[in-house]
Amino acid sequence: MNDRNHLSKVSSTTSVNIIEDGIVDIPMLQLLNEDGELLKGAVAPELSQDQATRILKTMEYIRLLDERMIAAQRQGRISFYLACTGEEAATTASAAALFEHDMIMSQYREQAALAYRGYTTEQFMNQMFSNRLDPNKGRQMPIHYGDKALNFMTISSPLGTQIPQASGYAYGQKLQGNDAVTICYFGEGAASEGDFHAGLNMAAVLNCPVIFFCRNNGYAISTPAEEQFAGDGIASRGIGYGIKTIRVDGNDALAVFIATQQAREIALKDKCPVLIEAMTYRLAAHSTSDDPTGYRSKEEEAKWRLKDPINRFKQWVIGKGWFDEAEHEAYITKSREDILAAVKTAEKVAVCDIDDLVNDVYDTVPWHLEEQLTHLKTHIKKYPDNYPKTSAEVK
Amino acid sequence: MAKMNLLQAINNALITEMERNEKVVVFGEDVGHFGGVFRATSNLQEKFGKDRCFNSPLTEQGIIGFANGLAAQGSFPVAEIQFADYIFPAFDQIVNETAKWRYRSGGQFSCGSLTIRTPYGGGIHGGLYHSQSPEAYFAHTPGLKIVVPRNPYQAKGLLLASMRDDNPVLFMEPKRLYRAAVSDVPEEDYTLPLGKADVVEEGSDITLVAWGAQVEVVQQAAAMAREDGVSCEVIDLRSILPWDAQRISESVMKTGRLLINHEAPQTGGFASEIAATIQDKCFLYLEAPIARVCGLDTPYPLAHEKEYMPDHLKTYEAIKRTMNY
Repeated sequence: MNDRNHLSKVSSTTSVNIIEDGIVDIPMLQLLNEDGELLKGAVAPELSQDQATRILKTMEYIRLLDERMIAAQRQGRISFYLACTGEEAATTASAAALFEHDMIMSQYREQAALAYRGYTTEQFMNQMFSNRLDPNKGRQMPIHYGDKALNFMTISSPLGTQIPQASGYAYGQKLQGNDAVTICYFGEGAASEGDFHAGLNMAAVLNCPVIFFCRNNGYAISTPAEEQFAGDGIASRGIGYGIKTIRVDGNDALAVFIATQQAREIALKDKCPVLIEAMTYRLAAHSTSDDPTGYRSKEEEAKWRLKDPINRFKQWVIGKGWFDEAEHEAYITKSREDILAAVKTAEKVAVCDIDDLVNDVYDTVPWHLEEQLTHLKTHIKKYPDNYPKTSAEVK
Repeated sequence: MAKMNLLQAINNALITEMERNEKVVVFGEDVGHFGGVFRATSNLQEKFGKDRCFNSPLTEQGIIGFANGLAAQGSFPVAEIQFADYIFPAFDQIVNETAKWRYRSGGQFSCGSLTIRTPYGGGIHGGLYHSQSPEAYFAHTPGLKIVVPRNPYQAKGLLLASMRDDNPVLFMEPKRLYRAAVSDVPEEDYTLPLGKADVVEEGSDITLVAWGAQVEVVQQAAAMAREDGVSCEVIDLRSILPWDAQRISESVMKTGRLLINHEAPQTGGFASEIAATIQDKCFLYLEAPIARVCGLDTPYPLAHEKEYMPDHLKTYEAIKRTMNY
C-alpha cells in the first residue's frame, strides 16, 4: 500500500463536518481577452510564427469545411455531417501542442485535430463519400475518420468507449518506451458514461501517460450541462480520481496550447494522466440530424458568437505582426475552391469492391463468409438493376 | 380512428398510459423538453411535468440501473435507449439485474413494471452503429420479454400491453418505419396480446415469418411469388420472447414449408431458434429445409447496405428454392 491511498494520510476530526459542494474552486486558465489581447499578467506561450499561422489557418479551414459540408448534406450529396463550429480553438490548439507520434483518440467532433496533423481535403472527402479511396473502406457514416499514418485512431460512434482505451494505449506506449502520449478527446456528455469513470480510474492507478481532453461545450445533443451533472464540471472529477487537472478557456487558443503542452510534459515526465477541461460552446447543431431551435435560444447562441475563438486568435496573430492579409485571403479562396473540387471528385469515385463486405471481419475470411459472399454475387448477377453499386463488378 | 405514423402512435400510447397510471415515469437521453431525438416523447414533459418525464445524463448503464431500482420500488419506468446500438453498456443491468431480479428474490421483488424502448434496425444509411438489430442477444436471457411492432396500430397496442405486463419488456421500434409507416390508429385505449404472432396474410404453400420492418419486405416477396402461383402465409412474430411457437407450427403443418427473415446476422440469429423448434414440432410435415434469409455475418455495412439487407428479392429467390426443393 502506498501513501496515496493509505489511511495514515487521513486526518481525524470530532466535528460532524459534511463537506458541501463548491468547496473546491477550479479557475479557468485564460490568456487572451475576447479581443485577442494578452490579459494583464498573462505570459504567452512560446509559439513560432509558423505554428501560430498554422493554428489559425487550420481553424479557418475547418470552419469552411464545416459550412460546405453542411451545405453538401442539405443538397443530399452526403447523408450526414457534424460540425465543430465554436470549438475550433480547443481541438486545433491542443493538437498543435502535441508531437506527431502522439496518439489521438477522438470522439467525433475533432476534425480540426486531424486537419492540423495534415489530413487533406481529398482524404476528408473520401471518407465522407464512403468511397474506395477511404482507408476505412467506406464502412462508417460520414465524419468517422481514421488514419494510421497520422496516428489518429478510427472513430467509433458509441460515446466514451475511447476513454478507457486511451488509458490502455498510453500504458502500452509507456511500457515500450515510446516517449509518446495519447490524447483522448470527449465531451461533457460522454463523461457521464461508465467508461469515463473506468478509464480515468485505471489511468490514475496504472500511471498512464494519457491526456484526457474534455470539450465542455454545454450540450449533449439537446441536454444542457446543468442536466448532465450537478458538480463543478468535469475538472472536479479528475481531482477525485487523483489526476492532475487544469481547466482552460476552450475558446482561447493560447490557453489551450500552453495547458496541453504542459500536460504532455507532465504525462511523460511523471508517467501519469492529466485531465484538461476546456470550457467552450457548441455553436453548431449536434449534427445535421439535429435542430437546436428546439432547445436553446438565438440570444444564447448570439452571446457565444461574440466569443468566437477564431477571431480572438486572429487578433492576437495580427497584434504580433504575423498576419499577412493578402496571403490569408488567397488561402481562404483556395481552400474554398479545393473543397468544392474535392466534393465533385470524391462523389464520382466508386465504393469498395463487394469482397470488402466480408474482408476485415476477421484477419482472413472464414468459410461461412466465403459461402455467403458467393451466394450474394450469384444473386446480384440475377438482379443487377437492384444493386447498382456492385452489379458491374460481378458480371 | 386517426392517421398516425409509428412515432405518433408510440407517443399516443405513452400519453394514454401516463394519464391512466400516475406511477409511469418516462426518461432517457434527450427525451425531456426536446421530446427525444426522434420525437417519440414530444410534449410529455409539458403535459406531465419534469418529475415524470426527464432527460437523463448520458449513461445507458445508468439509465437501466436507475430504471431497475425505480421498478423494484413500485413505479412504472419507461426507459429509452436512444439507439439499440448503444444498449450494450446496459447489458449487465438488463441481463443480470432486470431479467433475474424476480427469480433471485423468490418472487419477492421484481422489475416487472419496467419497459425499455429502443429504436433498432437498418435501411437508414446508419452504418455499423446506427443500424443493428440486437434482439438475439436478449432472446438468450430468461426473464425478459421482447416485443417488436410492425406498424403504428401494432405499436400502440403492443406498447400499452408491454407497459402493463408484469414482466420487464424490451420494446424494439423499427426506426426505418418511424415516419414511413402511417395507418389508422384508434384514439382510445386498447392492447394487443404479448407472446402471440399475427397472421398478416393467409396462404397454403409456404409460411413466411418476420418481425418489425421486415414484415413488409416479406409481403413484397409474397406478392412476387403469388404471380408465380405460390400462396404464401405471412406471419408477424410480434413477440420474440416468449414467441408463439404454436401459431407457427400450426401454419407450417398446413403449408409444409417455412422461411424466416431477419435483418440481424444469420449465425446465432433468432431464425435459428425458430428453425430448431419447428423442425422438432413439424418434422414429418416439412417438404423442404427451413430457409433463413438474414443479414450477412458481418458488422452492418454502409456502402454495401443494399447488398447486405435481406431484401424482397433475396426472399423471393429463397421462396422459389424452397418451393422447388
